[in-house]
Amino acid sequence: MLKKKEKALIKQTWDKLTPVAEDIGADALLRMFAAYPGSKTYFSHVDISPGSPHLLSHGKKIVLAIAEAAKDISQLTVTLAPLQTFHAYQLRIDPTNFKLFSHCMLVTLACHMGEDFTPTAHAAMDKFLSAFAAVLAEKYR
Amino acid sequence: MLQKTRATKMVEWTDFERDTIQNIFAQLDYEEIGPAALSRCLVVYPWTQRYFGKFGNLYNAAAIKSNPMIAVHGKTILHGLDRAVKNMDDIKTAYKELSVLHSEKLHVDPDNFKLLADCLTIVLAAKLGSAFTPDVQAAFQKFMAVVVNSLGRQYH
Repeated sequence: MLKKKEKALIKQTWDKLTPVAEDIGADALLRMFAAYPGSKTYFSHVDISPGSPHLLSHGKKIVLAIAEAAKDISQLTVTLAPLQTFHAYQLRIDPTNFKLFSHCMLVTLACHMGEDFTPTAHAAMDKFLSAFAAVLAEKYR
Repeated sequence: MLQKTRATKMVEWTDFERDTIQNIFAQLDYEEIGPAALSRCLVVYPWTQRYFGKFGNLYNAAAIKSNPMIAVHGKTILHGLDRAVKNMDDIKTAYKELSVLHSEKLHVDPDNFKLLADCLTIVLAAKLGSAFTPDVQAAFQKFMAVVVNSLGRQYH
């Protein structure tokens, strides 16, 4: 359960990351591809090597979607409704991958923020990304 | 008649993976990282505090961070990883006793090992920054996965 202070911290963090959305997103994706090779199967038709245009644009897309949701966490289901449909009916990414990506995003944030990624910030972020992933998978069945 | 011995499935490590693990632990400040990982685990996954009823004040993140018993225990746990670092080719055997200890004496749910491993990964990432590349992360996570698996093997 996210407390008021945590929601504010999450919103603040993603506001700051929006200008570097591309770098953050691409980094998290690369970490996921390296640590969980099965996740690459969803990208067999594109070039996702480091620095590739698709990797950068895809990373940016994901981070901007997360940042948008962070602006009003109490409205997650409303904000994510279109993406829920997209993931359930078009993409059909196995939701286990959401957990893997979330973990890699936490690692990216840790690398990026260093000691500013305190245990409290980590806890809040983990809770937010878990909630985000759960809502994203809601229309699957 | 020749008896066929059951082939042990060995974990295979690339040179990069071996070097990465040895390097990480060679430059690790156990005094800092051990306590940081354990206290983070207690904050991020508060239910893990169930195993630390006798450790005193765990009321909030600040209390956990400054708790001396947690700090000592964090160091102990991290040094426990040394056995795996020194026996990468048979972590399973190296951790047989520790696995029995965690199961029979400490009664720790093995799911907790993964939680601590994840926190250690994050602490390392925060410490090493860009040096914690995707490939280094993958090698470290593979190592920790073997450790976690070995620690859970003797549970029954």
